[in-house]
Amino acid sequence: MIATAYSLGAVAVFVTSAVLIIVGALGVIAVKNPVHAAMSLIMTLFGVAVAFVAQSADFLAAVQIIVYAGAIVVLFLFVIMFLGVDRREGVRVEPLVGQRPLAATGVGIVVLGLVALMARSHWVTGAMSVSTKGAPLATGSGNVSQLGTAVFTTYLYAFEATAALLVIAVVGAIVLARREHSLDEESA
Amino acid sequence: MIATVDPLYAHGVTLAVLLIVLIKVVVAFALLLNAVIVMIWFERKAISDMQSRIGPQRWGPFGLLQTMADGLKLMLKEDLIPAEADRFVFKLAPFLALIPGFITFAIVPVGGTLTIAGHPVLLQVANPPMGILLMLAMSGISVYGVMLAGWSSGSKYPLLSSVRASAQMISYEASLGLAVVMVVLVTGSLSTHDIVTAQANGIWHWNVIRLGVIPFVIFLISITAELNRPPFDVVEAESELVGGFHTEYSSFRFAIFYLAEFMNTITMSAIMVTLFFGGPAGWVPNVPHLRWVFPILWFFVKTVVFAFSYVWFRAALPRFRYDQLMDLGWKKLIPLSLGWLIVVAGFLIAPAWGFAMGAVVLLAWTMLTRAFEIGTTRERGAEAVLPVIGARPLPPEVLREITDEGNV
Repeated sequence: MIATAYSLGAVAVFVTSAVLIIVGALGVIAVKNPVHAAMSLIMTLFGVAVAFVAQSADFLAAVQIIVYAGAIVVLFLFVIMFLGVDRREGVRVEPLVGQRPLAATGVGIVVLGLVALMARSHWVTGAMSVSTKGAPLATGSGNVSQLGTAVFTTYLYAFEATAALLVIAVVGAIVLARREHSLDEESA
Repeated sequence: MIATVDPLYAHGVTLAVLLIVLIKVVVAFALLLNAVIVMIWFERKAISDMQSRIGPQRWGPFGLLQTMADGLKLMLKEDLIPAEADRFVFKLAPFLALIPGFITFAIVPVGGTLTIAGHPVLLQVANPPMGILLMLAMSGISVYGVMLAGWSSGSKYPLLSSVRASAQMISYEASLGLAVVMVVLVTGSLSTHDIVTAQANGIWHWNVIRLGVIPFVIFLISITAELNRPPFDVVEAESELVGGFHTEYSSFRFAIFYLAEFMNTITMSAIMVTLFFGGPAGWVPNVPHLRWVFPILWFFVKTVVFAFSYVWFRAALPRFRYDQLMDLGWKKLIPLSLGWLIVVAGFLIAPAWGFAMGAVVLLAWTMLTRAFEIGTTRERGAEAVLPVIGARPLPPEVLREITDEGNV
């Protein structure tokens, strides 16, 4: 299956990262303790970062660690610790009737779709960059500026829309979470 | 893939190249460990001088071997694991605290370029394309050591400490990252080697001056908070939290936490020198065959200055209260670093843009200050106090006076 174009080192790196990703992902759903699950998630994220480095997407690898492992999972753990849900949960109870078969079907459809996509075209592998119109990515530090140029020119509207969405989400979260001590309570 | 960044790999990876890399790794490792031993002694000695004490003096000349004696003592002590602890995470956490310090040091350029057996060798363990982002990633990871140590102890105070740690380190990471972004912006490269070479031509090219001191101050404050060093050491505030996140740790595991704290202090001093003070840049006298030594000496001297500044902070500044710490991070440092970033970006295009952006930032700053003022008044205004005081016969005038509402 492995084409001759790949060197032994590249295959070793890929296998390592794939094992990290899959073991971590299985750990997230299989482990009963939520904190251990979060740690498995970190392992998966590291595996993805390794895969990014192997694709010479160094910036994405760094951001993967900084944002996901360094901030988002920390917030997960923060919530787990604060709410004290670090106990074993009863997994046998099904809160919504028919939830599991539906979820299984959904996962099946998504996986099949992804496999079909990968079989029919190779854009999923990221071998060709959309922004460079088919030219290969620059290696080294060059592709950071390539990425930056793409984000701030070709995909500017998508980028700004995402930024606006995030700001709205933050404002919404504050509005929902903040308790007014002043006039509101008295008039209500 | 790596060839464009490190000249060592330009002609493929041979046995000699592998050997050089191995030597670099071992030397950096040994250097850092020894630096920690000296740093612990230095901190204890300097602090005791500032507090009119003598400090360690029994072991070795000037007490230099005190750290060794302490380390030996810790290793021989009983290793306790609390009954309530999560055993695996409890054992893992010290290493999670230690490793990021090592990895971050790998990207610090200690000196210039050497030629060993025909191979150009950068005096830094690695020069990855992601460069300084590696340091941000590692400072993000170092949260886990503290957090998981506190949680896995299965005890109240360590847990409180780890909750504090996670909130604090996440908050200050934002301003830390923005300060790094400013350096990257003027350099035009992420690689630490490029950052240092861009500052090589004299003191006026150092980023601390080129960026106008403010980013350096932001970075210094943020990194002190990231390290949980005084005055931001609410994580291990012994008057509130017993010993903080490592209350339940003893023996060698405690020693690892201790080691990690000092190693991170040294590494971050080195990073600060790299980012803002030209790294190994400095005056080099024309001594034959020994020119390569002087950059290393300059780097060493600069790093010691910052290591000393941490000790000085610890002796001089009282600990911040937790809410003050959060206010400083979110309400002052993050807006300031964002504003300064815009000004720096403006000046990089043209001076006119720079001044325009400066005006915009000033306007935004005024509005933000006003917004904070309104928010504080609303929280502490008369209406906020009314439900607390309830039916007590306090006339409204008195209320307004004690809540400062009349002054606004």
